[in-house]
Amino acid sequence: MRPHLFVGRAETPIAFVETVSGGVRLKALDREAVRAGLQPGLTLADARARVPELEVYEHDAHADHEWLERLADGCQRYTPSVALDEPDGLILDIAGCVHEFEGERRLAADLEERLARRGLLVRHAFGDTPDTARALARYAGAPAPDEKRAVKRLPVAALGLDEDATTALSRAGLKTVGDVMARPLATIAARFGEEAAMMIRRLDGSVKEPIVARRTVPKIGVERRFAEPIARTEYALEVIAELAAEAAEQLAQRHEGGRRWEVRLFRADGLVQRLRIETGQPIRDVALLMRLFRERIDSLADPLDPGFGYDLVRLDVALAERLDASQLKLEGGEAQKGEVAQLVDQLGTRLGRARVRRFSARDSHIPEQAELMLPAAEAPAPTPWTAPEAGEPPLRPIYLFDPPQPIESMMAEVPDGPPHRFRWRRTVHDVAHSEGPERIAGEWWRRQDIPTRDYYRIEDRRGRRFWIFRHGLYSEMEAPRWYLHGVFA
Amino acid sequence: MNESSALIARLKRIATTGMPTQGDGRADDAWLTQGMAKAQLHEVFATVDDAASGAGFAVASVLAARAAPVMWLRTEASERQGGRLHATGLVEMGLDVTSLVLGLVEDEADLLRAAADAARCHGLGTLLIESWGRAPKIDLTATRRLMLAAEASGVTILSLRIGAEPVPSAAASRWRVAACCSRPLEADAPGKPAFDIELLRRRGGQAGLRWRVEWDRDAHIFDQNAFASGDSAALPGAGIPVAADRAAADDAAASVRRTG
Repeated sequence: MRPHLFVGRAETPIAFVETVSGGVRLKALDREAVRAGLQPGLTLADARARVPELEVYEHDAHADHEWLERLADGCQRYTPSVALDEPDGLILDIAGCVHEFEGERRLAADLEERLARRGLLVRHAFGDTPDTARALARYAGAPAPDEKRAVKRLPVAALGLDEDATTALSRAGLKTVGDVMARPLATIAARFGEEAAMMIRRLDGSVKEPIVARRTVPKIGVERRFAEPIARTEYALEVIAELAAEAAEQLAQRHEGGRRWEVRLFRADGLVQRLRIETGQPIRDVALLMRLFRERIDSLADPLDPGFGYDLVRLDVALAERLDASQLKLEGGEAQKGEVAQLVDQLGTRLGRARVRRFSARDSHIPEQAELMLPAAEAPAPTPWTAPEAGEPPLRPIYLFDPPQPIESMMAEVPDGPPHRFRWRRTVHDVAHSEGPERIAGEWWRRQDIPTRDYYRIEDRRGRRFWIFRHGLYSEMEAPRWYLHGVFA
Repeated sequence: MNESSALIARLKRIATTGMPTQGDGRADDAWLTQGMAKAQLHEVFATVDDAASGAGFAVASVLAARAAPVMWLRTEASERQGGRLHATGLVEMGLDVTSLVLGLVEDEADLLRAAADAARCHGLGTLLIESWGRAPKIDLTATRRLMLAAEASGVTILSLRIGAEPVPSAAASRWRVAACCSRPLEADAPGKPAFDIELLRRRGGQAGLRWRVEWDRDAHIFDQNAFASGDSAALPGAGIPVAADRAAADDAAASVRRTG
């Protein structure tokens, strides 16, 4: 859906089309197009013949879904449990949530007004169960004094059965839901299936199906509402800081710190902007949190745009972990560690968690697999590294090429020996000293056909030290290739 | 804000001593055993072919200064051209890689932003900024910011410039590093890391000095006696007496970390 197309353009008929087998057909229409006599399912050619000024767009189900998700996000200003009713409906559980609006009608009016500003036409209904509300909103029946009777006066189509069943019910003279309800359930089930009987029971309220809310209720949530929307981002940040302080207080009482924090800024026109941060350690330090939120705002692809202003700001702590009041060591040991952890979080928030890393040793003799680079925020406890033997020069390079770079070996004194001279990066290197081979076999217990590598530590005449290997033995293959795997200091 | 507080701190220092402190008043070859002056910005230049020597010298300087933990910032371009950091190799240089945090950034602008944040972090010992190519954004202004941040926070900053030519900067010292032939071991094996070091510039000190040194990982010092005479092979055991050296090094470690 592209709602901005419709705002203030009520006079042009618009249609969305879909390519189905056999041609392009209308999928959805605006009010004007319906008034002109078009209906979904018509071929585009027919529709154009009838209404030449028809504006046509490609139907995009995915975009529709996304739009519905965004509207659902916006509706979380009213209640935390909002469910999608695809393709074009939302179900809100407003039990206990109407006090802000002095009654459900005011709430609905507020919602309709917001959506109307986005160019949406809304039909709403209240019901004791999600199913009755859904049926009442989607189908129009004769006016009735109360909900029970309103449901009974709905057309049989409201049962949501397939077309054949609906037609069969009408043929049998059952025009409304009430007509069907008057029959014994067993007969309905026998004729139209278990589903039809179930649907009737759900509509008469004897079975209550809860809605599947889109998000779980967070551990801690605090919010601020504003009668007058706030239009300055700076002020919004102050509000976030106040909310963070409140949340931190609650966390402190529970001896916990938050690891996943989310701020949602609800704009007056129904859009929601989210700011999410995650930290490696549980925190409840407001100054630190605010630094991370500022960092997140700076790294947004689209800057925060208050538009007409925010009228609701909410902060949730989605994940909290135990955090006791910490005692600072006198030597600054703990404090120092904490500061580095803060830096890691700060850089991780801006650059992405995976870009700030720590090394972790792994049990493998293959050089490129012997270590892992893990996001520093979630790296496990440091593993001990094997200390080098005293008096030995470094046996492993400090820069490692991954993948190894092929080199052209010009000469080797004996086929199995190190090269005499080789070419790498368009420069010829004359080997002055060398040590090797250090033979590293492939992981033969995983795969048989990996050639053995013979590594040499070499130094050229200018003093540059390299780690090169021959991929394969002469006994294994005819002409093994040489590679440069790393450079030493 | 940090800059201004650093400026105030400096002005106060000038007011008390009566003279602007230029340089650190250390001996010219103090770096051999104590690494580079702390809480300052230093630049290390190396050609692309000597990239590993430049990085090795930087790591060795950190160790000589006992200035861990280390944050190492590199760009994706460095990772592509220079290869990735090999932890095992760093361990073999003597570094405790559990105290190393690696930050991989997209470009030079991000590199400087991340560096500005890291330079303010008191918990760090050394911030190593690795850049490849000319890196025009690392100019006088950027280096002055880093220098001020270093003075305020006490973090030593090493700017490793690979494949770049020196441009005006606010760094306390500027070094050029190249690989140099090592003293071969038995059976003609390449020996310990050896560097050809040139001190191009030093604030308040002599410039244009040159050394040929060998990195002694076990003592965490640069050994210049290894190449004392012209014929390196003739001097197998000519290092500084280890015991005396260790004592000096321990002194350095015990001294107060923050100098400013």
